[in-house]
Amino acid sequence: MRIVLAGQPNCGKSTLYNSIAGYKAITSNFPGTTVKFTETRTHILGYTCNCIDLPGTYSLTAGDAAELEARRYLLSGEVDVIINVVDSSLLIRSLELTLQLLELEVPMVLCLNMMDEAQRKGIQIDIQKLSNLLGIPVIPAIATTGKGLRELFMEVLRVWEKKIKGKTQKFSKDIEEIIDQFTSQLKSEWLIEEKVTFRFLAIKLLENDQFFINEIKQSGDHLSQAKLFQERLEQIHGVPSDEVISSERHALAMKLFEQVSTVIHPPKKDIRIAIDHWVMHKFFGYLILAAIFYGFFNFIFGIGGYIEEPLMELFNQWIGGLEEVFGKGSLALFLSKGVLQGIAGGIAIVLPYLVPFLIGLSILEDIGYLPRVAFLMDVFMHRIGLHGKSIIPLILGYGCSVPAVMATRILEFPQHRFIVSILTTMIPCAARITIIFALVAFFISPNAALAVFALNILVVAVSGKILSTFYPEASNLGLILEIPAYQFPVLRNTLKKSWYRIREFIVIAWPILIVGSALLALMEYGGVEKYIDWFISPLTHLLGLPVSVGTTLIFGLLRKELSMIMLTQALGTTQVLTVMTKTQIMVFTIFVTFYIPCLATIAALWREIGKKGALLAILFTLSVAIILALFTHIFLGIIL
Amino acid sequence: MPTTLDQIYENRKAKVIDVQGGQGIRQRLSQMGIHPGDTITILRCGALRGPILIEVHGSQVALGRGIASRIIMEELE
Repeated sequence: MRIVLAGQPNCGKSTLYNSIAGYKAITSNFPGTTVKFTETRTHILGYTCNCIDLPGTYSLTAGDAAELEARRYLLSGEVDVIINVVDSSLLIRSLELTLQLLELEVPMVLCLNMMDEAQRKGIQIDIQKLSNLLGIPVIPAIATTGKGLRELFMEVLRVWEKKIKGKTQKFSKDIEEIIDQFTSQLKSEWLIEEKVTFRFLAIKLLENDQFFINEIKQSGDHLSQAKLFQERLEQIHGVPSDEVISSERHALAMKLFEQVSTVIHPPKKDIRIAIDHWVMHKFFGYLILAAIFYGFFNFIFGIGGYIEEPLMELFNQWIGGLEEVFGKGSLALFLSKGVLQGIAGGIAIVLPYLVPFLIGLSILEDIGYLPRVAFLMDVFMHRIGLHGKSIIPLILGYGCSVPAVMATRILEFPQHRFIVSILTTMIPCAARITIIFALVAFFISPNAALAVFALNILVVAVSGKILSTFYPEASNLGLILEIPAYQFPVLRNTLKKSWYRIREFIVIAWPILIVGSALLALMEYGGVEKYIDWFISPLTHLLGLPVSVGTTLIFGLLRKELSMIMLTQALGTTQVLTVMTKTQIMVFTIFVTFYIPCLATIAALWREIGKKGALLAILFTLSVAIILALFTHIFLGIIL
Repeated sequence: MPTTLDQIYENRKAKVIDVQGGQGIRQRLSQMGIHPGDTITILRCGALRGPILIEVHGSQVALGRGIASRIIMEELE
């Protein structure tokens, strides 16, 4: 049995999914957290079933790439039961999607999520009545706490066994007549077997849905028929046919809402509105934004630096002790030193910064601050040819470039997706942030690290401007973004999400670090490293870096953390300042921050914006990195 | 008197009369719950001609000025 979670963005599908599947899908408080579907096999009351979490979609008329994915799945004809998750506090708008899902005529259950939020707004929903009107079970639930989920799945089984498909809601009489005529015509002449019902097909064609219009284009008859019926609708109502249908659906949703809900008290005074007054303020909003990011920065550096120092000392003692155990110049010494340095890098250098960073990012995401940032930054993003929504993938880029590249699916225009995808790879991800902290902030000064971040933002903005002049046809339609209410982060979910991301480092990146570090030690022992360093030496010479860092730059393509950890390995000491000047540290960090994305990111780019896009990203970031590092080298050489 | 959404001051209510533009913009707006006939509250206008935050059917939506200028409105008292 294939159960699909469908609903509008930010209604809590992934939260619900996680309570079934364990923490497997990232959840946040902004529309578009899920951009591709995730699937899990689970057992519900003795049945084995596949449960699929779809990206949120406002309607079945797809807008952006994430919605397209949801829609493709829903129309695939392979869905056994739909759980339509709705945000109860936004019932009218949510019901418009519910009405469309009913048109699919697949067994369905309606899950009224966020009932607590609706109650706060003073809305009482007559669940039985709603269930009777729609002809499907309606289950109230609170996904964040797991309330109501057992009942939900009992009903899922029931609708599946009894094939309860609900009642397709009827439009006005004149529209129904046209739909009926068109449906029967399609039925009699249609040759291809369709995965959707004829009624659904007829409605979509009347709506001038581009996907279905394209599908029937080969047969000219159907297309001209569709146009004919569209025209009839337009003649009667005086507006375009898609507007006729969407207005009708809206009216139906309003009518349903009025029938089933009563406002029992005016909305409770909401402190969140007062908060937004300041957070989205014309002036103070920006001040708060700057303060939050500055505070965030100090929080990570404070915790990270506090932990890094004593741990590094401890490991240095151990590494020093190895020489006594294995003897100078022995293979065992090289190998054990490499392994220990890899382990030390993970524990002492990466994790102290990564853990507070990821927890902090999770909290910002779960509260719902990111859409506010999009609102505030929209003006500035327009200057570089994008709009406010683009800031969300960019902020996620500070976590990891891979999900950030995927998150560009929330953007409507391919040109924007293309530009933002490349820009996100230039944002320092958690690994590179670690490098900035552990090298620049630790060895030079926190303010110097802050300067690196500031420079980075400036360069990303300028790059955006440059790229958008090459791709100017991006529409100037502008921002349309839902700003969800603040949510108090559920500690358990925030921690689970952070753990989910930290685990990714521990199980995937860290072993690579240890192996890489050991490999480098072996290469050093065998003298191979020299050849790689020699190969890279034109670059290292150009930038005035020690020749021995060449190999680490190559390894950094695998995982960015490797550049950092293997730096100490390549230099033969963790006392970096004894072998590198502050200028060299700065040049190295800036180069590593911008140069070629790691392999996983290149793969993600390839998938999302194609081979050419990925290639362009590589060339673009490499040139930016070389130019900036060279500039830093010259500039610092003059002033220091 | 009809006006456009970007011309209305903060904290005013207004009714949507029409959306000027193609199917794309109409659909995006209708997905967010904005249709002709709906009542909208203008919550705030961003600095430097930034986006406009509105409330419609209980949800908050940020709209860029470009789009706002295509939504024909009638101010309510």
